[in-house]
Amino acid sequence: MPKPGLLSAALLFGVAAIVLVLFPLPASTDSGDGTRGPVALAHSAAEERAAPGVAAEDEEPGGQHQQQHQHGGGYKVVQWEWSYVQTPYIIAIWLLVASVAKILFHFSQRFTTVVPESCMLILLGLVLGGIVLIANKKQLYQLEPALFFLFLLPTIVGDAGYFMPARLFFDNLGAILTYAVVGTLWNSFCTGFSLYAAKVLNVIDEKVQADLMDFLLFGALISAVDPVAVLAVFEEVHVNDTLFIIVFGESLVNDAVTVVLYKVYISFVEVGPKNVQTVDYFKGVASFLIVSIGGTLVGLVFAVILGFITRFTKKVRIIEPLFVFLLVYLAYLTAELFSLSAILSMTFCGIGANKYVEANISQKSRTTVKYTMKTLASIAETIIFIFLGISAVDKSKWAWDTGLVSCTLVFIFIFRAVGVVGQTWVLNRFRLVPLDKIDQVVMSYGGLRGAVAFALVVLLDGEQVKAKDYFVATTIVVVFFTVMFQGLTIKPLVKWLKVPRSTSRKPTINEEIHERAFDHILTAVEDIAGLQGYHHWRDKWEQFDKNYLSKLLLRKSVYRKSELWEAYQKINIRDAISVIDQGGNVLTSARLSLPSMASRASFPEFTNVTNYLRENGSGVCLDLQVIDNVPGAKVEEDTETHHVLAGNLYKPRRRYQSHYSRHFMPLGEKERQDREVFQRNMKYRMESSKSTRHKRHKKERSIKKRHGSDPKEESTEKPRRNVSWHDKEPVLVPVDSEDDKAEHSEKDEDEGITFVARKVETPKPRPKSVPAAVEASSSPLASPLSRPPSVDTPLPWKGGVGSPPPCVSVEATKIIPVDLQQAWNQSISSLESISSPPAPPSADAVHPRISALSRIPGAPRPASYTPSSSSSFFSTSNTQLVQGSFLFPEKIPKEEEEDESSHELQPLMSTLKPPPPATTSAPPPPPPGSAPGQGRRKHPRVFLRSLVSAPPPGNTEPWSRGPTQL
Amino acid sequence: MGSNKSTLQHIPNAEELMEETGFSAAHIQRLYDRFQLLDRDQMGGLRNEDFEAIPELVTNPIKDRIIGAFLSPGKDMVDFPSFVRVLAHFQPTNSKRSKTSSQEQYNSPTRKLQFVFQLYDQDRDGKISKTEMLQVLQEMLRMEETDEQLQSVMEKAFQEADLDQDDAISFDEFKKSLEKLDISEKMSIGFLC
Repeated sequence: MPKPGLLSAALLFGVAAIVLVLFPLPASTDSGDGTRGPVALAHSAAEERAAPGVAAEDEEPGGQHQQQHQHGGGYKVVQWEWSYVQTPYIIAIWLLVASVAKILFHFSQRFTTVVPESCMLILLGLVLGGIVLIANKKQLYQLEPALFFLFLLPTIVGDAGYFMPARLFFDNLGAILTYAVVGTLWNSFCTGFSLYAAKVLNVIDEKVQADLMDFLLFGALISAVDPVAVLAVFEEVHVNDTLFIIVFGESLVNDAVTVVLYKVYISFVEVGPKNVQTVDYFKGVASFLIVSIGGTLVGLVFAVILGFITRFTKKVRIIEPLFVFLLVYLAYLTAELFSLSAILSMTFCGIGANKYVEANISQKSRTTVKYTMKTLASIAETIIFIFLGISAVDKSKWAWDTGLVSCTLVFIFIFRAVGVVGQTWVLNRFRLVPLDKIDQVVMSYGGLRGAVAFALVVLLDGEQVKAKDYFVATTIVVVFFTVMFQGLTIKPLVKWLKVPRSTSRKPTINEEIHERAFDHILTAVEDIAGLQGYHHWRDKWEQFDKNYLSKLLLRKSVYRKSELWEAYQKINIRDAISVIDQGGNVLTSARLSLPSMASRASFPEFTNVTNYLRENGSGVCLDLQVIDNVPGAKVEEDTETHHVLAGNLYKPRRRYQSHYSRHFMPLGEKERQDREVFQRNMKYRMESSKSTRHKRHKKERSIKKRHGSDPKEESTEKPRRNVSWHDKEPVLVPVDSEDDKAEHSEKDEDEGITFVARKVETPKPRPKSVPAAVEASSSPLASPLSRPPSVDTPLPWKGGVGSPPPCVSVEATKIIPVDLQQAWNQSISSLESISSPPAPPSADAVHPRISALSRIPGAPRPASYTPSSSSSFFSTSNTQLVQGSFLFPEKIPKEEEEDESSHELQPLMSTLKPPPPATTSAPPPPPPGSAPGQGRRKHPRVFLRSLVSAPPPGNTEPWSRGPTQL
Repeated sequence: MGSNKSTLQHIPNAEELMEETGFSAAHIQRLYDRFQLLDRDQMGGLRNEDFEAIPELVTNPIKDRIIGAFLSPGKDMVDFPSFVRVLAHFQPTNSKRSKTSSQEQYNSPTRKLQFVFQLYDQDRDGKISKTEMLQVLQEMLRMEETDEQLQSVMEKAFQEADLDQDDAISFDEFKKSLEKLDISEKMSIGFLC
């Protein structure tokens, strides 16, 4: 069912697209020759033929344009500036066509699982090419070798090289090199000679004017496995890593062989086979060494340069990705410049630089690099396949010979299989894990030919290689056959053969640790056994890397970071993300489980959570002795509401923005949104508060109970300080509002930082740096609020104030709900800073707010609440707080409090709307039960008011003014 | 790799060793030469100092543990058969040679894992405690990470692996945590060269 639907959709789209593609045609066909201005993306066939006359022809359409202008006469309101935008326009249209094609193909899930995208793209190309041909009688577009080699191929190879799993690649380097060099040579010679034999035996028609050299040349270009095709097909097949890396690595590395063979044969053909001397063969061999080793060296040199440059980009983070692209691309171009193997160069540049670059650049840059590379590579691949399809329609380039085509198909398939089996047999004598028969079948079958072969064959000089047209046709058929038929059938084949698939599983921390241990063990055993094996040399390399290369290429700040630590952090982030992705319930439960893990406590509900996480293979970093109070079900509710809260992002309204802008440094969109969310939710809740009132009571009570216990812990102080953070939070505000602002601004210039970014970045900066300690101690209160967003803030556990608990874990917990956390942090801080203009933290001034916000802990029971006791309690806690007793913002408690406060605020707010008499009577320490039913809500009201009506910045009177303002 | 019996005659129990470990005669010969080389005082056994004297081993962060794995408990010397038996753990699993032996081969994935497990489990109580894990981490990464960081890594590892939450990783848990890895690939070295 999906198939016809999709096809028709594609067809429709193709028709629509072709209108765009043909857009330039009227103008150009008018000129009589079908030529257009210099279109970089696609050459017209005519243009290519009449290459010398291009300049003259170019003027023609221009002249015509002028004529048209004259016809119009006078001033034109709308001018037709096609010639001006033509080139970029066509390029953009082609990119659009390719991208939309991708979208269409993925409409039907079932369809795309069966048919590889590359097949569909080629088909689309065929359709498009046919339409162009019908409309234009002539094929305007084809895969242009220059375009392909200079732009399309590097984007794909660059992506492949940079993200090549280096360890896997080098672990299998022996096999890869063997297949790439020996295998390609074998394929090339055998195909060439066999075709020649077929020619001699008259299987191939006599029209094909080719001698041995031509066939060898053809064999060389047709025998190389193509990286683009392999990537396109194998990425969808998901065979196991080893198999993939061998086939893919081979397709990259064989470039050197292909380039050399191709060039050598070309020169032989030019000179004429009879004039080739034996010296030339040796030159060919030498040339192979130079091309391959030279290409590799060029790549490595650029890798070093790239690593070195990114060492110093700290102040210009924004152009970090650009350096990556530029230098990797330059590696390619430089190799091309010296006619070395450009693919090798680029691949090794990517492989070599990856480690250092990734460590040096910021997380944002990493993401940018990744996405840009993937985007470019994807679009380049799409274009390549579409153009392959289009090019195939060009009859003028074709010369069909059934004998040649079928012989080639048979030969490349047979020789590929024979070559693979033979080489594997040899390799398996050396390999620790032999490649079994199934692997060999897949490798043989996965020998896909692609656009590289096509571009090379198009590059042939028709004068010298008489049979070029036949070769072109044959290449196209071979490419189509391998990409489409083999690409289509390899998936079922893999399934049928039960080839071990790759799991997209990421390594666990245990695996990371133990694999590291394995490496050490194996190295030691090799040393003891006196073997100078792979591990011996790998260890040597690692020593070298550590002692010299890393020192040269890595920033000092990251030099000491081990890969294990990186892995640890990545795993934590991944867990966090997966937990969040799994939805609100899991999220809340995951967070709940944090404390449970910490105390390994006996809460039955938590074990479920833990198990859940385990089952899902995502052990959130649950450790941490951070939280002491064990949240109950109430918390779960609260956190859930929070999730909802944070999830419903509203676009901030203008007035809020302007309202806040007086007090804050300009905030990012996200922050404003968070604030908006907070406020809107508050409003909403106020409106709906009545219905929830009795619930609230219960909740409050339970929370109070918990909070009530906090102060005691607080008195014991040190390690637990964050527990009681909330209680003191209000107190915090006046002290740190300035710091907070400062932090805000810092954060702003500091690349906004996302969820992932912060996590990874945090560990990086300075271990035990002095500034960290200083900062923490000087503004202990600020740190919890502001840490999340700022990248370069010191590691929390390095902060030094108090005795930090196993800090990392704290950090890790924070990460889980970062989005929420940030939202809350921001709303809180906004509240705080609004409500508290910079004021000295004198006990008196603080009191009202304290009591308002933190009434809960102070008052064990709502009814018997006595302001005096609470205020005194808070003043003490305040002082404690100011002393920097806590370091880490505790997520859950904070949220509870916020939530609760919002709950409480609701009724208050509703009463506020018509300025109620009661509000005015809510000055500092509120008298108990001043208004009926308000005894409990008094404080929240104050709090709320301060939120709603932010005092002007100039307001220096801390609290006395607050109430009167209303 | 024809078995050159004459050269093997000076090696005690060569035949049984080949049978037991799956090493070929050439391997045994080679290992014997190496053994003799390492055994500087010709005591017929390698002592701790002999291992320490291997220059390449100096930089290995967990060399003490590995040396310890060679020395069977209570002894301060490892004789040639034991030496070969330990090394037999690292033979590639799939090699056909070893299929003749009846008992579980040294190079089975489980045996390989047991070997690694032993390295962690220094007190040989069949469990990796948190302290033991942390020690290994410290040895491997002391240069790079602070103790706090290692601690958190260790906690994380226990979180993952310690399924019954007894604050120790048993061998089963250890095995389970690594079940996705191809142990026979990761824990083998080529003895051919």
